[in-house]
Amino acid sequence: MGYKARFRVWRGDDTDGGLEDFSVEVNEGEVVLDVIHRLQATQTPDLAVRWNCKAGKCGSCSAEINGQPRLLCMTRMSTFTEEQVVTVTPLRTFPVIKDLVTDVSFNYQKALEVPAFAPPVGVAPGEYRMQQTDVERSQEFRKCIECFLCQDTCHVIRDHEDNKEAFAGPRFFIRLAELDMHPLDSMDRKRRSQEQHGLGMCNITKCCTEVCPEGIKITDNAIIPMKERVVDTMYDPVVWLGSRIPRRSAMAANRALDSGDAAAAEEHARSRLRDKPSDAAALGALQDALVAQGRFVEASDVTRTKLEHAGRGRGARQRAAADHAWALLCAAEAGQIDLDRYDDEITATLQQAQRLASIGTVLAGTHALHHLVHGRLAEAAEHSREALRWDRSRQTRADDLVTLAEALTGLGNRPEGESAMAESLTLWPANPRAESARSNMHEMGLQPR
Amino acid sequence: MSEIERHRYDVVVIGAGGAGLRAAIEARMQGKRTAIVCKSLFGKAHTVMAEGGAAAAMGNVNPNDNWQVHFRDTMRGGKFLNHWRMAELHAKEAPDRVWELESYGALFDRTKDGKISQRNFGGHEYPRLAHVGDRTGLEMIRTLQQKIVSLQQEDQRSHGDAQAMIRVFAETTITSLLKDGDQSSGRISGAVGYTRENGTFVVFEAPAVVLATGGIGKSFKVTSNSWEYTGDGHALAMKAGATLLNMEFVQFHPTGMVWPPSVKGILVTESVRGDGGVLRNSEDKRFMFDYVPAVFRKQYAETEEEADGWYDDPGSNRRPPELLPRDEVARAINSEVKEGRGSPSGGVFLDIASRLPADAIRKKLPSMYHQFKELADVDITKEPMEVGPTCHYVMGGVEVDPDTGASVVPGLFAAGECSGGMHGSNRLGGNSLSDLLVFGRRAGLGASQYVEALGAARPAVSERDVESARRTAEAPFDGDGGENPYTIHADLQQTMNDLVGIIRKREEIEEALSRLEELKSRAKRIGVQGDKIFNPGWHLAIDLSNMLIVSECVARAALIREESRGGHTRDDFPDMSDEWRKVNLVCRPEGDGVRVDKQPLSTMPPELLSLFDRDELSKYMTEDELSILPEGKA
Ligand SMILES: Cc1cc2nc3c(=O)[nH]c(=O)nc-3n(C[C@H](O)[C@H](O)[C@H](O)COP(=O)(O)OP(=O)(O)OC[C@H]3O[C@@H](n4cnc5c(N)ncnc54)[C@H](O)[C@@H]3O)c2cc1C
Ligand code: SF4
Ligand code: SF4
Ligand code: FES
Repeated sequence: MGYKARFRVWRGDDTDGGLEDFSVEVNEGEVVLDVIHRLQATQTPDLAVRWNCKAGKCGSCSAEINGQPRLLCMTRMSTFTEEQVVTVTPLRTFPVIKDLVTDVSFNYQKALEVPAFAPPVGVAPGEYRMQQTDVERSQEFRKCIECFLCQDTCHVIRDHEDNKEAFAGPRFFIRLAELDMHPLDSMDRKRRSQEQHGLGMCNITKCCTEVCPEGIKITDNAIIPMKERVVDTMYDPVVWLGSRIPRRSAMAANRALDSGDAAAAEEHARSRLRDKPSDAAALGALQDALVAQGRFVEASDVTRTKLEHAGRGRGARQRAAADHAWALLCAAEAGQIDLDRYDDEITATLQQAQRLASIGTVLAGTHALHHLVHGRLAEAAEHSREALRWDRSRQTRADDLVTLAEALTGLGNRPEGESAMAESLTLWPANPRAESARSNMHEMGLQPR
Repeated sequence: MSEIERHRYDVVVIGAGGAGLRAAIEARMQGKRTAIVCKSLFGKAHTVMAEGGAAAAMGNVNPNDNWQVHFRDTMRGGKFLNHWRMAELHAKEAPDRVWELESYGALFDRTKDGKISQRNFGGHEYPRLAHVGDRTGLEMIRTLQQKIVSLQQEDQRSHGDAQAMIRVFAETTITSLLKDGDQSSGRISGAVGYTRENGTFVVFEAPAVVLATGGIGKSFKVTSNSWEYTGDGHALAMKAGATLLNMEFVQFHPTGMVWPPSVKGILVTESVRGDGGVLRNSEDKRFMFDYVPAVFRKQYAETEEEADGWYDDPGSNRRPPELLPRDEVARAINSEVKEGRGSPSGGVFLDIASRLPADAIRKKLPSMYHQFKELADVDITKEPMEVGPTCHYVMGGVEVDPDTGASVVPGLFAAGECSGGMHGSNRLGGNSLSDLLVFGRRAGLGASQYVEALGAARPAVSERDVESARRTAEAPFDGDGGENPYTIHADLQQTMNDLVGIIRKREEIEEALSRLEELKSRAKRIGVQGDKIFNPGWHLAIDLSNMLIVSECVARAALIREESRGGHTRDDFPDMSDEWRKVNLVCRPEGDGVRVDKQPLSTMPPELLSLFDRDELSKYMTEDELSILPEGKA
């Protein structure tokens, strides 16, 4: 019942390396780690790999199998066909030491930055009393085997070395949540997690939850509740709400836009702005009217003003930055601005938005578009897929589908590109990006790959 | 010549499992500069795999429990070969050590009144194991790891350097201990090792070393142990002139996975039985009722009805025989399979599916559910598991002073699985995790006090010894390449499994010893490929020399002990002997081999003896020994 499998294993060290092909025996019931061990015993005695328990309990054997972050000891060979090539590579987010072994010291550094459990004062050991229902929430997070697959997959640090400094990562968000929800921990950790551990940089893409071999609901049970608590303690609720209540001044403009008359909406908004040039609501309405007409450059002038006047409220600043980055990116996509000239501004704004991001804010779609205008098509596809998994509104979904459609077409996958575009248009037929996207797709389709 | 890195510490702890971490915490709290050295990453030591729980007589579930009852159970489990003082300290101190973990942030499962919950386990009279589902070891290691991080945070605040007082050298393997004299004299002066990452040699200058390196299971083919369990601490101690005792006692856990072949040996926690699981043979019979030995007959049920009644009403029913100590259950499974009543893959059936609702199984045994689902495609809430014995734990280890963990070599301490005496001939489930805490702390304290007493006069490191340690470790690169370390390892595992396994006899052990000689000479011809950067072939070649010497200890002692007791079963001497009970076998190095001597066991004081029935004692002890008891008493 054994067969010969085709394996491609990354071999090398911090200076050089590449994929090597092997043909190796596989027997019934085996996992990928068994096959790696067979390679060691029979073909490559110095092939480096970490492992300990071989039962999914220690979190040592993390690597990427066909690009997916996985435990080698918990990936059964029966999940592949006999013909399929199995590609095993080291974790991408951490520097390689040799072959499948990476330097994960980043995680131990982050662990050191999370203040430890603060025992309750005046309660002697042996006197701790806690109800099962109260410890269960933290117990879920203590199931963590520190495989660091979630850290590996998180896009905030996966491709952004410079984010590592400020970002603790999902493994340590659950540690913070665990301590925060510990019935007897006596320290307040909410404000800290936003300010010092980079919780705000997480835009809830849920990729971490998907790869966690322990099935810990990292996003739903730790990150989102933490963000909500952070919001509760960091924002004055009145300020927070106030920034969301539409002013009467802009209502007319919005009504006009709803009825489909972008030009009328623009006029309303401009007249309002003549009295009060920095009226946030009117700026917003003008922005929408311009976007609706596909006039992205002018829209970006408005969003820039909006950002300049966004004040100190975190939520408002975050939305303004996100809107501004988006407007500039749409302009770049439509060929209305010179990307080289604006890219610094785009990147800085996007980073600002990312830093300020809080619950309900999704930037994966914006990141996707950013990759797209730079021609990084695979990343654009990956990020837009990520965004789509999390999109709530029809329009954002439509937008992310447009990005995906262009990326796929550029990657040579025309049929899927077309179908993404079609789906997008049924969601939002009047999407102002559609026209330029179509022509991009057309051009990319013509270019030989 | 390659670069050598140097460090100075007061105490060097080798091993980052429960014992090592607890020892290090203690040494640091005593104000000693402490290094922790371990072969894997921080937090991955073997302790992480422990499932069932930590035994401590807190009496949270059954208030009748106390240290005396725990002491009795431990001695019975070890068939009275335990060092009584270790069993006593362990039973007395375990509750404090478990409670202390809560103050470090551990979150155990709770009872209704909010205390730490306790579960039933083989050989324990009352529910006694503090646990977190079936991942207690993970909780323990993470808690201790986080405690160390918290001490480093304190040091960061007070010294401006998190590593000022306690530092972890992960993925660093110690290959030699250093002394200021030769093997038979002198005191510890440090240790030498290499880093896995790039093969750099590291010298630790330190007057005290605590060994906490765990077990030896990787010398056996079917084992629940990880690659780290190559008996390094056992071998290091012996080479430095310390003694090992009880090496013939190897625990085969009754329930390891048997299918698929690649996972054979992976542990199925005893909690499955503690929570109601039963063993059946191919004829669907609960065969354990046929295997209750005379010494335990009083405490175990005779009918299924009584056994099943025990879970809810332990007051009026006796325990199910599935919860006999491990050696008994392992031997029973072995006989059933031998007599043709085994399961298709050569084990027996362990059934929890028909005993608990699916939800309860998933809740109480989440990792078992996950493990079988992922690795064997078996849903344990619907089907029985197939299980069989697997090499699990070594009772034997470094001979230590119970109170301080000191070995016979000044400056050398040991705790945890690599130390010997506490568990006698057989360890009870759950008694290891508590052992790690109790004796880890004591060894850390013992080492600190030793350093204190030394004052400024520290033993010197000999450069010649450092150089020779380095040469020995690098030797496999100069081999002619005639032998592959992986092949020798596989041959060793097969030899130990087949010939010094769960059931032993003279001819087979002798055969094993002669094969070990062959393997030793083949090992000298090992040649490794590649360079020193994270090279598993090289690492294995070094570990092999330890496995070979430790395997020889096991085989030699097994040959000499002519009786059956706990983790040592001789087909040719099937009975337990009162005379042998008074004897420890002690291993020392001799040439490039091992010498084994008999040594009398220390005698239990009357106040502890009197905790047992005279009747019961007479099953283990000679009349002579019992004469110290006041007439009529006990
Ligand atoms: C699957 C499984 C389940 C178990 N369940 C339970 C249970 O429920 N209850 C219970 O009480 N017991 C249980 N046990 C037993 C218990 O887990 C072990 O006996 C115990 O964890 C050993 O701890 P330790 O501190 O002695 O060593 P370990 O935790 O094994 O640590 C050994 C350390 O020494 C280091 N080391 C070894 N050699 C060297 C060297 N040469 N240089 C540097 N470092 C070295 C290793 O890297 C490691 O850090 C279980 C065991 C297994 C395998
Ligand atoms: S939800 Fe996404 S961004 Fe947030 S931590 Fe997880 S992977 Fe990273
Ligand atoms: S949270 Fe999950 S994925 Fe992340 S380190 Fe822990 S076990 Fe691994
Ligand atoms: S080896 Fe422990 S998780 Fe894979």
